[in-house]
Amino acid sequence: MRLPRFEYFAPKTLDAALSLLTENGEGAHVLAGGTDVLVKMTLGRLRPKALIRLEGIQGLNEIHFEPKKGLTIGATARLAEVASHPDILTHYPAVAYAAQVMANVQVRNMGTVAGNLCNAAPSADTAPPLIAMGAEVTVASLKGERRLPLDQFFKGPGLTAIEPGEIMTSIFVPSPPPKSGASYKRISARCGVDIAAVGVGVMALFDGEACREAGIVLGAVAPIPMRAIKTEGLVKGQEWTQELIERAGDQAAQESKPISDVRASAEWRKRMVAVLTRRALEEARERAKKRYTAAH
Amino acid sequence: MKHHIKFKVNGDEYSLAVDPWRTLNEVLREDLNLTGTKLGCGTGDCGACTVFVDDRTVSSCLTLAVSVDGKAVRTVEGLAPSGEELHPVQDAFIKTGAIQCGFCTSGMEMSAVHLLSHNPAPTEREIRAGLSGHLCRCTGYNQIVEAISVAAEKMRESGSEEVES
Repeated sequence: MRLPRFEYFAPKTLDAALSLLTENGEGAHVLAGGTDVLVKMTLGRLRPKALIRLEGIQGLNEIHFEPKKGLTIGATARLAEVASHPDILTHYPAVAYAAQVMANVQVRNMGTVAGNLCNAAPSADTAPPLIAMGAEVTVASLKGERRLPLDQFFKGPGLTAIEPGEIMTSIFVPSPPPKSGASYKRISARCGVDIAAVGVGVMALFDGEACREAGIVLGAVAPIPMRAIKTEGLVKGQEWTQELIERAGDQAAQESKPISDVRASAEWRKRMVAVLTRRALEEARERAKKRYTAAH
Repeated sequence: MKHHIKFKVNGDEYSLAVDPWRTLNEVLREDLNLTGTKLGCGTGDCGACTVFVDDRTVSSCLTLAVSVDGKAVRTVEGLAPSGEELHPVQDAFIKTGAIQCGFCTSGMEMSAVHLLSHNPAPTEREIRAGLSGHLCRCTGYNQIVEAISVAAEKMRESGSEEVES
């Protein structure tokens, strides 16, 4: 149960971290909260020559909300901080909820949203609500920064768009438009703690009694957190009725691509996609109404 | 290469040279002889290794010892420093029969102290959520939940403030 040997670096600046990552080449691995990396190392699934710890880099843990622009979550901001941040609770309750229901207290006190995304588990709880809300991630390298939609970040289980020499530095979520609401629903065998068997993130924009458009993202039912494109198309511009919500659930179930594993069967997962999609859409609608009422 | 670290444990200052691959759990148990903190699963699932780093509870099995440089660690040994008067949480664990084999106890108590410092009057549901990162293989969960609610009441009555290490 001992960790394998490695070299350890705790740079104080991002530039120093990027230099170390490039100098040490492919054997180097970035360490944020450690709750995935150190477990993989303990289990022998990852054997880095060097670990570069980000926690000591000043400012990288900042959470910053600008009402006209949006929310920036620094790479080393911990899940517990995101789950309890007043601006996130008010303006991004679906994101706060995802950070609150995953793992347990100790892991949330160590782990980060950036780490949850970079680990790229198909079941990553923070991914569906963030993708539904149009989040972007910033990655830095010695060559400079680039920003990409989170939607295009995941490439497969454990695989991301991060290139050698790059470090994710922050996550940006645009301010939710007026008359919009978002929700994240998840289910697992045990409440919380357990890895999600199915998760659904939704953000919907409304125009009176119609749904102008919606982002609907399914977790743990495909190799990556997947957008339910056909379901998004189905609800777009439609009158908001119970029948529409039912059809959206069925459509999301149909386009999900789950597998059977220790946590659930593919068949059960498909059924739960339908249930959770309906519930997430309903909650998004309720939240949109509440936000509208609060603003007027 | 060993790294030189300075950190506090239960108020005492330590200065050590440690290999970077050693966990805080290993250093506490093997170098400092503080064996009240246990090692269960080694993967952050069971909670037996829970300690405070500054004001956060963490799994000491998933914390590199080098990463606590400059920080304050608090273990179960720091809950009742005098060795005479127990912390209200420890006292309640004994009185309600919340200790069976005892292996999960120190971790459970650290999380209980963390929970009560944020929420002095937790509901049963909140206690269970606060302790969700702990397993008791004797399955004595009901007594543990009861112990924490008894301790909460005691601490509210006496207005006892949590003293940070």
